[in-house]
Amino acid sequence: MATETREWETIESGPKNYKDQLHPLCVKNYGKWKYHDRPRPGTLRHVAESGDELFTVRAGTHRQVTVDIVRRLCDLADKYAEGYVRFTIRNNIEFMCSSWENAEALIKDLEAIGHPVGGTGNSISAVAHTQGWLHCDIPATDASGVNKSMMDSLFEDFIKEEMPNRVRLATSCCEINCGGQADLAVVIQHTRPPRINHEILSAICEMPKAVARCPVAAIRPTMVNGKPSLMVVEDKCICCGACFGACPAMEINHPDHSLLAVWVGGKNSNARTRPTNMKLVAHGLPNNPPRWPEVNDVVKRILMAYKEGGKNWERLGEWINRIGWKRFFEETELPFDKYLIDSYRHARTSFNQSAHVRF
Amino acid sequence: MADKNNGKFLNPTPMIDNLEEGPWPSFIKGFKELAERTKKPMLRGVMDQLEYSYQTKLGYWKGGVVGVRGYGSGIISRYSMISDKIPEATEFHTIRVQPAPGMHYSSKNLRDLCDIWEKHGSGMISMHGQTGNLQFQGIEEKHCQEFFDDINKEGWDLGGAGATVRTGASCVGPARCEQACYDTLETHQQILTHFTDFVHRPELPYKIKFKFSGCPNDCMNSIQRSDIAVIGMWKDNIQIDKPAFKEWMGKHGVNRLVNEVITLCPTKCISLSDDNELEIENRDCVHCMHCLNVMPEVLSPGKERGVTVLIGGKSHLKVGSMLGSMLIPFRKLDTKKDIDEFIELADEMIEWWCDNGLDHERIGETIERVGIYQFLEDVGLEAHIDMVSSPRDNPFFKVAY
Ligand code: HEM
Ligand code: HEM
Ligand code: SF4
Ligand code: SF4
Ligand code: SF4
Ligand code: SF4
Repeated sequence: MATETREWETIESGPKNYKDQLHPLCVKNYGKWKYHDRPRPGTLRHVAESGDELFTVRAGTHRQVTVDIVRRLCDLADKYAEGYVRFTIRNNIEFMCSSWENAEALIKDLEAIGHPVGGTGNSISAVAHTQGWLHCDIPATDASGVNKSMMDSLFEDFIKEEMPNRVRLATSCCEINCGGQADLAVVIQHTRPPRINHEILSAICEMPKAVARCPVAAIRPTMVNGKPSLMVVEDKCICCGACFGACPAMEINHPDHSLLAVWVGGKNSNARTRPTNMKLVAHGLPNNPPRWPEVNDVVKRILMAYKEGGKNWERLGEWINRIGWKRFFEETELPFDKYLIDSYRHARTSFNQSAHVRF
Repeated sequence: MADKNNGKFLNPTPMIDNLEEGPWPSFIKGFKELAERTKKPMLRGVMDQLEYSYQTKLGYWKGGVVGVRGYGSGIISRYSMISDKIPEATEFHTIRVQPAPGMHYSSKNLRDLCDIWEKHGSGMISMHGQTGNLQFQGIEEKHCQEFFDDINKEGWDLGGAGATVRTGASCVGPARCEQACYDTLETHQQILTHFTDFVHRPELPYKIKFKFSGCPNDCMNSIQRSDIAVIGMWKDNIQIDKPAFKEWMGKHGVNRLVNEVITLCPTKCISLSDDNELEIENRDCVHCMHCLNVMPEVLSPGKERGVTVLIGGKSHLKVGSMLGSMLIPFRKLDTKKDIDEFIELADEMIEWWCDNGLDHERIGETIERVGIYQFLEDVGLEAHIDMVSSPRDNPFFKVAY
C-alpha cells in the first residue's frame, strides 16, 4: 500500500508563469511591436519599434500528440527558435525565429517530419476539435479522425492563402458543441430520443439531476419492474442528449441514428460585422468512419463555393449575407428543408419579417 | 500473439490504420510509434478500443471520480466499459494542466514534462483542449498523485473541471502582437491565480470561464466561448503613421484603399482628404479592427488603452448559444491596482451568481432569468447605452415608484 508520508507539499500555483516561457525577442520588445506582414504562407514577420524583426513559422500538428512528437518539435525549437514555442487555439504550433534564414531552414525540417507549414492569413486553418471516441464519455462520433479526414481533403488551402479571408473550422462529437462557433462546423445531430437502460438506471442515476437537465422537461419519474426509473415523453424530446451527460442510462448515442450536421457562418472577431452564431445548412449526413466521405463532400462543396464567390476580406457568413441564403443553397446544391427553419426559443428572430425576397 | 501481429507489439487495427494515409499529420501514426517504442499495455488497449469504436460506431468510456489530495477537480476519469474484452485500457484518466498564459513554452520545460509524463503515464498528450488545458491522457489512478507531485515541483498546477472557474485562455498579446491594448498574459496570470481555490474545488453553480483577447479581433473567441470576456480597447483616436501611409499607397494603390478599406468600414468613417491623406472620423469608429488589420503598418490602436468586458457567452445547452454582451465599455487595466479592482468586481459577480444561479446554470442564463436590472444593482454597476444595440421596442415595464 502507498505510504502515508508525503514528501511534497502541493503548491496551488495556478497557471504556469509565462515570464520564463517567452522568446528573448518577445521579452525585449514586449508591448512594443509596430506591425507585421506575411513573407509567405505559414509565416509572420513582426517588426518592433526597436527595429527588431521576429519571424514566426506556424505549422499544423496532430493535436493528439505524443512525447516523441513533442520532443522532435523541441529539437527544432532548440535548433532554430532559441528554444521556445507557442500553440494557437487551433492546435497549430508557432516557432519564433530571430532570422529569416532560420525560418526557412525550419520550414524545410518541419515539412520533412510531416508538419505542414500554413494556417496564416486567408487560409483554412486547422480544426478546433474535441475528444470523441478516444477519450470522452458521451461522444457519438470521433473527433481526431474527422479532423484528420477534413484536413487531408482541405490540405492545399491550409498551406496556401487563397481563400477570401481566414476560415475557421470546428467539429463536435455531441450536440453540446465543445468545438464552438466557426465559419464551418461539423456537429453530431441525434435523431431519436434516448433509449432508457432501466437495468442500470436506478443504480447509477441521480434522477432529479437528470430530470432537471432536460431543457424541455421531457423526463418524468416512473416505476419499471417495481423499481424507480425515468421515462421520456418522446413527443417533447428535442434529442439534445443533455440527459446522457447527467445519466449514462439515457442512451442517446446510436450507430445509425446519431448523424452529422454542417453549420456555417459563425464568426468570432468583431472585424467589419458583429460576431455571429453559425446556422444549420445540412443534416442527416451519415456517421461514416474512418473517413466520413459524405461529410467531407458537403464541407468541400461549401468551402469551394465560398472560395469562388467571396470577395476579399469577406468571411464565409459575410459572403452569405451578401448573396443571400437562397443563393447559398443554389450555389452549394444543398437541399433546404423545413428542419432548417428554427422551431426552438427565439425562433421568430430568424424569420423574414419583411417583403424582401430574391428571385 | 507475436505471430498474429507479425512481430509487432500492437494488435491489428485495420480501420483506424486508414487514418495513417494522407498529407495531414496522422495521430494514429504518432500513437503507433509511441506504443511500439514504449510497449505500454495501456496504449495497446486504447488502440484496440478506438478500433472497436470505429467498427461499432459507439464510444466506450465512462466517468468516475479520481483526484489528487486536496483537489476536487482537474482529473477527468475514464474507465473502459468493455474491459472484459479489452482489459489493457481499463483505466485511461486525463490530467488537465494549466499552461502558461498565451500557451508559451520553453523547450526545456516541455521536455521535462515529457519525461515526467512518460514515467508515470501513457505518453499521449492533447495540445490543447478547447478550453485551453494541456491534457495528459492516459494514466492509472495509482500514479496520478506521483505525476502531479512531480510536475507541481516544476511549477505546474491542475486546471478546472466541473463547477469551477475553468482554466483561462489568453492571446499572444503584447509578447508578439502590435494590436494588443493591454497585457493579456499578466492579467490572465493574476486573475486565474486569484481564483485558484475556485479552480480546484467545485463550489459554483456551474463552470465559469475567463478569456483574454488583446483587441476586438478576439483571437481567443472570448465573446462566444467565455462567461467573462476581457477584450482590449482604446478610447482616443486611431494612430495614423503618415509616411507609412504614403508607402502603403505606393505599394497597394488607391483601388485597394477604396475597395478593401474605405468601403468595408462598417460605419463608413474613413475617407481620403483632398490632399490625399487618410482621415478617420473617430467618433463614428466602432473599433471593429478591420482597417487596422488591412494596414497594420499604417494604423495602430490609440494611446488611451484599456479593456471592454462582455458577459454571458456560452454554448448550446440549454437555452441555445449565447454570445456575451457588453457590460463595461472601457476600463483601465494597466496597474496592479487596476487588476485588483477588476478582480473585486469579478468576485462580486461570481458571488451574485452563487447566490442566484440554479444548478447547472451559466452566469449569462442566470442574468437572463433573474433580470439585468437586478444583476446590475446587486453588483453595483450602472446601466448604460453601450449595453444594448437599441433601446427596447415594447412598452412593458414599470418605473420604480
Ligand atoms: C451536459 C453537458 C456537457 C457535458 C456532460 C459535457 C461533458 C464533457 C466531457 C466529459 C468532456 C471531456 C471530454 C474528455 O476529455 O474526455 C468535455 C469536454 C469538452 N466540453 Fe463539454 N460537456 C457539456 C457541455 C459542454 C458545452 C455546452 C460546451 C461548449 C460550449 C462544452 C465544451 C467542451 C469542450 C471545449 C471540451 C474539451 C474538448 C477538447 O478536449 O478539446 N461542453 N465535455
Ligand atoms: C455534467 C455536465 C457537464 C460536464 C461534465 C461538462 C464538462 C465540460 C468539460 C470537461 C469541458 C471542457 C473544459 C476544458 O476543456 O477544459 C466543458 C466545456 C464547456 N462546457 Fe461543459 N459540461 C457539462 C455541461 C455543460 C452545459 C450544460 C453547458 C452549457 C449550458 C456547458 C457549457 C460548456 C462550455 C461553454 C464549455 C467551454 C467551451 C470552450 O470554451 O471551449 N457544459 N464542459
Ligand atoms: S463535443 Fe461532446 S462528445 Fe465531444 S468531447 Fe465535447 S462533450 Fe465529449
Ligand atoms: S435528449 Fe434532451 S430533450 Fe430529450 S429527454 Fe434528454 S435532455 Fe430531454
Ligand atoms: S486578439 Fe488582438 S491583440 Fe490578441 S493576438 Fe489577436 S489581434 Fe493580437
Ligand atoms: S476600426 Fe473598424 S469602425 Fe473603426 S475606422 Fe477602422 S474599419 Fe472603421
